[in-house]
Amino acid sequence: MHLSSRSAAFLCATAVAAMAQTVHPIGNIFKPRATPADSVYNISLLMLAVCAAIFVVVAGLLTFAIIRFRRRNADHGREPAQVYGSTRIEIAWTVLPILIVVVLSMATARTVIEVQNKRLPADTLKVTVIGHQWWWEYRYPEFGIVTANELHVPVSTVAKPRVTALRLESADVAHSFWIPQLAGKTDLIPGITNTMWIDPRQDGIFLGNCAEYCGTQHANMLLRVVVESPADFDKWVSAQKQPAMTYPGLERGRATLLSLSCVNCHTVTGTSAAGTFGPDLTHLMSRTTLGSGMIPNTPENLRAWMKDPQQIKKGNLMPNMQLNARELDEVVNYLSSLK
Amino acid sequence: MATTTYNPQTIAPTSPASPASSGVTSKLHEWVVTVDHKRLGILYIGSALFFFAVAGVLAALMRAQLAYPNLHFLEPDVFNRLFTMHGTSMVFLVGMPFFAGLANYLTPLMIGARDMAFPRLNAFGFWIFLFGGILLYFSYIAGPGLAGHGSAPDVGWFAYAPLTEKAFSRGTSTDYWILSIILTGIGTTASAINTIATIISMRCKGMTLARMPLFVWIMLVTSSMVLFILPPLTAGQIMLLLDRFLGAHFFDTQAGGSAILWQHFFWLFGHPEVYVLMLPGFACASEIIPVFSRKPIFGRAAMIGATIGIGMVSSGVWAHHMFTVGMSPASNIYFAVASMAVGIPTGVKIFNWLGTMFGGKIRFDTPMLFCIAFLFQFLIAGLTGIMLAVAPFDWQVTDSYFVVAHFHYVLLGGLLFTLFGALYYWFPKATGKMLSERLGKWHFWLLVIGFHLTFDTLHFPGMLGMPRRIYTYAPGRGWEIYNLIASVGVIFQAAATLCLVWNIISSLRKGKPAGKDPWDGWTLEWSTSSPPPEYNFAVEPVVRSSRPLWDLKHPEDPDWRYE
Repeated sequence: MHLSSRSAAFLCATAVAAMAQTVHPIGNIFKPRATPADSVYNISLLMLAVCAAIFVVVAGLLTFAIIRFRRRNADHGREPAQVYGSTRIEIAWTVLPILIVVVLSMATARTVIEVQNKRLPADTLKVTVIGHQWWWEYRYPEFGIVTANELHVPVSTVAKPRVTALRLESADVAHSFWIPQLAGKTDLIPGITNTMWIDPRQDGIFLGNCAEYCGTQHANMLLRVVVESPADFDKWVSAQKQPAMTYPGLERGRATLLSLSCVNCHTVTGTSAAGTFGPDLTHLMSRTTLGSGMIPNTPENLRAWMKDPQQIKKGNLMPNMQLNARELDEVVNYLSSLK
Repeated sequence: MATTTYNPQTIAPTSPASPASSGVTSKLHEWVVTVDHKRLGILYIGSALFFFAVAGVLAALMRAQLAYPNLHFLEPDVFNRLFTMHGTSMVFLVGMPFFAGLANYLTPLMIGARDMAFPRLNAFGFWIFLFGGILLYFSYIAGPGLAGHGSAPDVGWFAYAPLTEKAFSRGTSTDYWILSIILTGIGTTASAINTIATIISMRCKGMTLARMPLFVWIMLVTSSMVLFILPPLTAGQIMLLLDRFLGAHFFDTQAGGSAILWQHFFWLFGHPEVYVLMLPGFACASEIIPVFSRKPIFGRAAMIGATIGIGMVSSGVWAHHMFTVGMSPASNIYFAVASMAVGIPTGVKIFNWLGTMFGGKIRFDTPMLFCIAFLFQFLIAGLTGIMLAVAPFDWQVTDSYFVVAHFHYVLLGGLLFTLFGALYYWFPKATGKMLSERLGKWHFWLLVIGFHLTFDTLHFPGMLGMPRRIYTYAPGRGWEIYNLIASVGVIFQAAATLCLVWNIISSLRKGKPAGKDPWDGWTLEWSTSSPPPEYNFAVEPVVRSSRPLWDLKHPEDPDWRYE
């Protein structure tokens, strides 16, 4: 099993493969990089300040009571004065928390409305996110693009704000979309369509995870959001719009792939492979990872994955296709050409 | 003025005819056929401690797997079963029976009754609960079913639809999960009805509702809550069974069912359930803190009011577990505000415990140590609870390790500490033997260190994007050090638990005799012998205040003058 070594070299390999795009691996909610995450960050500061103040006061009183009112030998076992309570004090310490709740409630209401009722501009980029056991499908209806596991969005600047609206759906069970630096999470629930929006202001690759338990490989349903300049984004869009190319010498590999049951689950546009159960392979090599963010997408890793997906991501829904060495070589060579 | 008499006279215990010949079997037989509330209470608490140890081992295995990134100690499915079994066990097989056990053992003793209202229903409740618990663990053997799928349930303790449908959860493990929860629910309902009936109808002479110990009051409120919250859970479970066996489509989204419907059913039970678990902890703290501060509870009426307030408000906050499912802003705001509102009566409780300690002469015996740690830890748990009620913050940290840390702060730092306090406080009453103070302090300090190492630390990876329920994680995401520290904390918690086990065993064998009233207590259970006779009180007590034994010990200044 080479998983550990693969993963160890994972982050730097990813960075190289992504053409020196910065990876932001740590999803620190206190380092927001988009407006919805900013809103949460701002109310968090107020909330933390209020809670810290309450903690200091109450814990201070408790500590004082423990030190000051301990039994001493000089007491000779006498009982202290028996006090039964005080209505005035009860009212005081009921009203004070009520006031705090009122303040926090109003701040909460404001932020909820700010994020959920945001009116999105007309040029908002629309992406449909479909959760699958255990990978992500991304559809760009305006461009007719279907891809997997790596969401590409343009960076939003003060000069040129770009908002991306996500329609969240699920093909099977409940999942949750969570990139902490960009926004709080929203669930993908079968049968209903949720929405959220992001406007990342820094480029690079933001990492996240599926945040609703969805079965065996919930842990490896990893999220990658590639935020790039408008020019790079447009370049990516036009490349993705192209049908799959077949380079000379790879026809055999293509034929082998199309002769196998791969086509029942995967799509390669321009061929008879039109399955939708698994990730779209039309531009497989434009993605930096395999297995929904698990390992870098290199021809060697691709071969290992094809040989036995269960070795790498145990329990995932791609069966071992039992390819022999020749078939493996042909298919991997062909797939490696799908840039 | 002696208002309470406790002469061991007249009524002689009726010894049941022993059908078995050998000593051990006849002892065992006595325990199996018993309808005595004290024995059933001990059975409940003994089973709770057993399942606590088992579920603790499951937790230790998970922490071992997560100590370092990319470990291959456990397979993904094995890990998923562990957290499902750990959560289900801790809630249904540890928290609930601990509540039932305390209510069973102490309620009749505190209200001066000779048994519960329905002794045989009581026994039925315990055995059906135990059967449910065994059924859950039997799934490890029988779960694969004929098709050989899975083994123990691996759908998580709140088992979100449609992951529980046949299409995604094959084999029979989920069915074992459903059936065992329905069964333990029947046991809990029986016990709750019994507790309410006992409190309403079996109080001794002079014990008006106003004079009832706070512990009994809280048990009354908690039992009433149980009657309201279990039906939605049971209904949900039966609907799920219908889905799985008869092709109903309540939660089957592929046939037009609703995944959200399950979440509403579950949390309509699940959130008040948190308070059903927590309130018995409050009940214990409300007895222990006054006795060890040597003062009556501060603001008795406010404490009762706050308990009822928690019971009512907590029934209307369930969807704060669902801030991310796509509710409208109005719903999100309502559930946020309602959830924060629970903080008000809870705050009143903390302040009143504090008020009880102020001006007291505090003794730091082990029960009180656990209660003091509880106060600090529950304060933090309450504050992170307020944070989670702030819906936008919840969008970030729900289903992350922040939530894991928060609810372990509530249930371990809050509930478990008070339950251990209660164990040290009432063990002498139940067994006639004191637990060792020296081992008790070892237990306490090791648990404090272990608890804080594990659960203070786990807040941070949550705020750095680590979701819960992942069997492993890649290095480089800022989570390693916190996970390692959290796992190290488990060693201390395990050592603490061993101290407790050794303390119980050695004290049962050669503990200091407890006498009737080792803590200089004030409630009726301390007026009878330790352990109490089968009939509890030789003569039915008569009380004139909420602290009958204080009145007895201080005839010059009894409580009834002020109440």
